[in-house]
Amino acid sequence: MSSRLRVFFIDNAVAILITLLIICALPVAKLPASFLLQEILMRLGRDTFLVLALLLPIMAGMGLNFGMVLGAMAGQLGLIFISDWGIVGIPGLLLAMIISLPISAVLGWVCGVIMNRAKGREMVTGFILAFFMNGIYMMIVLYAMGSLIPIINPELLLSRGYGIRNVVGLDGVRQAFDNLIPLHVAGLKIPVFSYLFIAAGATLLIWFRNTKLGQDMRAVGQDRAVSASAGIPVERTRILAIMISTILAGIGQIIFLQNLGTINTTSSHEQIGMFSIAALLIGGASVTKASIPNVIIGVILFHMLFLVSPMAGKNLIGSGMLGEYFRQFVSYGVIALALVLYEWKRVTQENAARATLRGGGAA
Amino acid sequence: MEAIRRFTADFGLPRLLITVFLLMLFTTAPLVGVNLPSSLSDVLIRVGMNGIMVLAMVPMIQSGCGLNFGLSLGVLAGLLGSTISIETGKVGIVGFLVAVLVGQAFGALFGYGYGKLLNRVKGGEMMIATYVGFSSVMAMCIAWVVLPFKSPTMIWGYGGSGLRTTISVEGFWRHILDNFLAFHIGENFKFPTGALLVFLLVALLVWVFFHLKLGTAVTAAGLNPSYAKASGININRMRIISVMMSTMLGALGIVVFQQSFGFIQLYDGPLYMAFPAVAAILIGGASVNKATLVHVLIGTLLYQGILTMTPEVFNAVLKIDMSDVIRVIVSNGMILYALTRTLKVAK
Repeated sequence: MSSRLRVFFIDNAVAILITLLIICALPVAKLPASFLLQEILMRLGRDTFLVLALLLPIMAGMGLNFGMVLGAMAGQLGLIFISDWGIVGIPGLLLAMIISLPISAVLGWVCGVIMNRAKGREMVTGFILAFFMNGIYMMIVLYAMGSLIPIINPELLLSRGYGIRNVVGLDGVRQAFDNLIPLHVAGLKIPVFSYLFIAAGATLLIWFRNTKLGQDMRAVGQDRAVSASAGIPVERTRILAIMISTILAGIGQIIFLQNLGTINTTSSHEQIGMFSIAALLIGGASVTKASIPNVIIGVILFHMLFLVSPMAGKNLIGSGMLGEYFRQFVSYGVIALALVLYEWKRVTQENAARATLRGGGAA
Repeated sequence: MEAIRRFTADFGLPRLLITVFLLMLFTTAPLVGVNLPSSLSDVLIRVGMNGIMVLAMVPMIQSGCGLNFGLSLGVLAGLLGSTISIETGKVGIVGFLVAVLVGQAFGALFGYGYGKLLNRVKGGEMMIATYVGFSSVMAMCIAWVVLPFKSPTMIWGYGGSGLRTTISVEGFWRHILDNFLAFHIGENFKFPTGALLVFLLVALLVWVFFHLKLGTAVTAAGLNPSYAKASGININRMRIISVMMSTMLGALGIVVFQQSFGFIQLYDGPLYMAFPAVAAILIGGASVNKATLVHVLIGTLLYQGILTMTPEVFNAVLKIDMSDVIRVIVSNGMILYALTRTLKVAK
């Protein structure tokens, strides 16, 4: 029994630690409950879809998809185009999604092919690939747009005549999803349609897990060699997992940005991978296992930390910056911790397996 | 024909492209009115600035820990060294040496802990190194605010608390190596003798280390762990030694960088400092599991050459500055290439 309890604590170490932290920081931060609740409701709608995008690659044994940034870039390209063409409201957002779709599909395919060449180190490869593609994205957005790629609206362009401005306002589509079905409960605004959209995405994922392809992914995630001998096209399945993840990330980024209402052309996408992964891990997921409850709990806890720590820092030591550094430390630290726990477990299991081969004695 | 194909296969297509690209930059530079002597001088100065940090990649690659994306730990140790040195108020070579020595002490300490951690996660070092580096940088951000530094050149004036984001080393040990025995040829060419000498000296020390018994054992632990273990080598110990060495070289590297650059960059300054060093050694021909000093020298020259020449030539020819984008694509493309290639070689 005690060993079971230990396993529970080790498996959920990150989530428990963060919850304790928030509980300690809440009274210090002195934020009004209604403000906190409103922010969390808003941010749930904003971020959850992005975090959902991480689930499939984990299932397929490819770890945390640091390459989801590629999808975010595709989503941003879609939004830049619809802002340029002046298409507003829901049709604008839907068109942005449609534009992002082929781009993120191609990027996801590229990502999958590259990851197949780096089996066993998908995460670091995806991480670097995100940086690399960021270079290409910058080249397109800052140099090709307005010169090679026609941009009609001169207000989007930098004063030099080509390249997109640093900040693109999404006035036409700002919170179009969030406000589609207006609902106010006790003075709190609830973005019903965004929630419905997320629910649809989650349902789709649950359904997908039980399809043939979904089962294949799970098998590939368990053991590549066994799956291959069972006739599952391993490489193709892995590529599909990453492609779907990238496409979902593209859609997720569009939902994220319609809530914020502005794009930071060169930086909105950069932190997305880190934020989403940290959120998922805080929610109790690991490198090999993640569920939809992990996503939702993670987004809530992560944003609680996001809101509470700068205020707590300010009230405790008189410097909001300290709290902000602390929050960033936690976000990076959580990812480090989760990766360490995962690799540690793997190494221990390997050693144990070797010990049993040697004759059962504990090494 | 076969020889050419073998050469490109060994050398690697991306590396070949980068070399050709750099040669093109150098040949077009004078034609478009770029001052070649001053550019060459810049390249050499930057090699002196960055060389030791690239060198810091070698021990961990050799011991099988992979690319040290956690170099920022060493950088943090070096930052502690230089801030403590300035706090003591020592100037000139004494101040510089204090910075180096204190940095080495912290480097050894951080490296030991970091090595212990990496020993528990064999096979997954690179990603963990990255995030251990990131989170340490953020933890140190808190430290820079909280630590009781007093020197007025370093702390914020007017009611701010903690250290400034950039601290000038002017009046302490700025250019102390760059100007040592430096000589000028013509008007624009300055040869930073001291910095390059220190770089070569440290490189020589690393070379000697890897030809001693201990160094060979470190390499053996990386090449074939089971064989090394069978020959009585304590692999975990070898790996810790390599990580400590890497971190200490990183600490030395950043102090040398600062004396040339003229500023100490605190807070999130060190966040991405590992990446240029990783890219440089890979451009030089290293892979995820093999690196030599030749790779360090060639890589630093090529990488810093591209970094210096692209903005100058592109600005002169196209009147646009795409250098940042090119740097991002080239360096990360190189890392990506190395990550995807090694597995095929190692099977």
